[in-house]
Amino acid sequence: MIQTNTAIAVKGLKKSYKNLNVLKDIDFTVQKGSIFALLGSNGAGKTTTVKILTTLLLPDKGSPEICGFDVIRQPDQVREKISLTGQSTAVDPVLTGRENLRMIGKLRHLPDANRQADELLEQVQLLDAADQKVATYSGGMQRRLDLAMGLIGGPSVIFLDEPTTGLDPQSRKALWQIIKDLADSGITVFLTTQYLEEADQLADHIAILNDGEIIAEGTAAELKKLLPHGHIELKFSDEKELQLARNLLIQYNISLSKENPTMTITTDGSIQQMTAILSQLDHADITVTEFSQKKPTLEDVFLAMIDENHGEENALC
Amino acid sequence: MLTARVKNKISETMVLTRRSMRHSLNIDTLLTAIATPIMMMLMFVYVFGGAMDTGAIDHINYMVPGILLMGIVSGAIYTSVRVNNDMTSGIIDRFHSMPIARSSILTGHVMTSVVFNAFSTLLVLLVALFMGFRTDASITAWLLVIGILLLFTLAMTWVSAFFGLLANSVEGASAFSYPVIFLLFISSAFVPTDTMPGVVRAFAEFQPMTPLIETVRSLLMTESAGDSVLITILWWFGILIAFSIAAIQVYKRKT
Repeated sequence: MIQTNTAIAVKGLKKSYKNLNVLKDIDFTVQKGSIFALLGSNGAGKTTTVKILTTLLLPDKGSPEICGFDVIRQPDQVREKISLTGQSTAVDPVLTGRENLRMIGKLRHLPDANRQADELLEQVQLLDAADQKVATYSGGMQRRLDLAMGLIGGPSVIFLDEPTTGLDPQSRKALWQIIKDLADSGITVFLTTQYLEEADQLADHIAILNDGEIIAEGTAAELKKLLPHGHIELKFSDEKELQLARNLLIQYNISLSKENPTMTITTDGSIQQMTAILSQLDHADITVTEFSQKKPTLEDVFLAMIDENHGEENALC
Repeated sequence: MLTARVKNKISETMVLTRRSMRHSLNIDTLLTAIATPIMMMLMFVYVFGGAMDTGAIDHINYMVPGILLMGIVSGAIYTSVRVNNDMTSGIIDRFHSMPIARSSILTGHVMTSVVFNAFSTLLVLLVALFMGFRTDASITAWLLVIGILLLFTLAMTWVSAFFGLLANSVEGASAFSYPVIFLLFISSAFVPTDTMPGVVRAFAEFQPMTPLIETVRSLLMTESAGDSVLITILWWFGILIAFSIAAIQVYKRKT
């Protein structure tokens, strides 16, 4: 039974093309009004998932539900609730920006298609270019128009398949802000991305998709906690000090580099543990010449997870 | 009374037809589909005309049916380009993830082709009149000519849509037009078939273009068209049915 605050519910989703298992038993749910990121490399199965959820592709198994409607049995009701902004820009280059938006509004039978088009042009900052042919737009402008076309008619759930791939950093930031504003206004956002930073910045909930399987799932903070180890690096004036420090901190997991002379200590990432280490050294009159701290990033999590998943394959090499 | 569903379908088709029309109104399309047949007509009449023996019929009067068909073929080719552009860009996924009738996309392209070709055919006909084309055809004959040209336009449009759907690139999509144009030349479009050597002549007389041209020419020249009307309708109605079914199958398979 679907709870009322669930926008997307996926259970036991499978899809294969001939011998290639693209999706192997995928489960996840997306809360209403949240931003959900499906994170994965090329070929992980992200676009296949989007295509199934947006009624473009039939799965082999599993019937996902969107806003309580079954994607396979009630595709028309689902299409009323969603919009898709796919990986290849879906704008009409021959028409102007305004005409593109009006066309989608009219296809959705909106009585106020023209008014909505004007409002959206403002929202995505395209008013100045509204009456130019889209063929003359920059990549970032086309992507913003593409997104606006997905917003006509007020969908409950929007799907963004790699929305910022190929954009320059400035355009990417502008698009991020628009996406955040959308979620604030109550729209559920399902996005796929291969950028960890993007998932970290935008998503309330992240699922890491690798080779057709979800290998980790949670908030960015939860995922980072999966790798509890932070590292601190300490540098000393000479090798003698290094040895003294080592004898003092014998209970920690330490690796030494005698040439530098530095040591790397694995910690639980907490400030308490870090200060304990530093005060211990201070009491013993050992001088730390340099100090640096490394927190686990989403990238560490991603790589560690993929590594774990490929463990057996790696062992053969 | 129309149901809401049918009304929606009609309005969706109209919106997508308008869009497709916008795509057809560019210099490239206008030049190929309208200027080419007119240039051909000028060339056949004023350059080759003196060297071609068209029998009892005035040279320009003999040419016009073939020129009209050539115009329709060049206009219909663009359906393949427009359909292929849609299929190979993200826009088809956008349309398909929206609550609209899927048929409205192809129907929009087909309607565009019919409207565009009606307009370009009229234009070519006007130029022909300027160049001395004359006919005493009755209203009935004219209606029959219009009906047959419409059937040919629809059939060529669906052939074009089929190749547009099948091809992976725009270049591939429009390549089919060369053999079709060739069929026009190996017919009685510009020279009577009895001047051709045996094998070519046999081919020319039994391919679908020849009865079509003979019918249109006879109707315009107030001669009896005989069986050729029926043969023409059977040929082109058959082609229309075959290619529209094939196109819709490819469309369903690819989306």
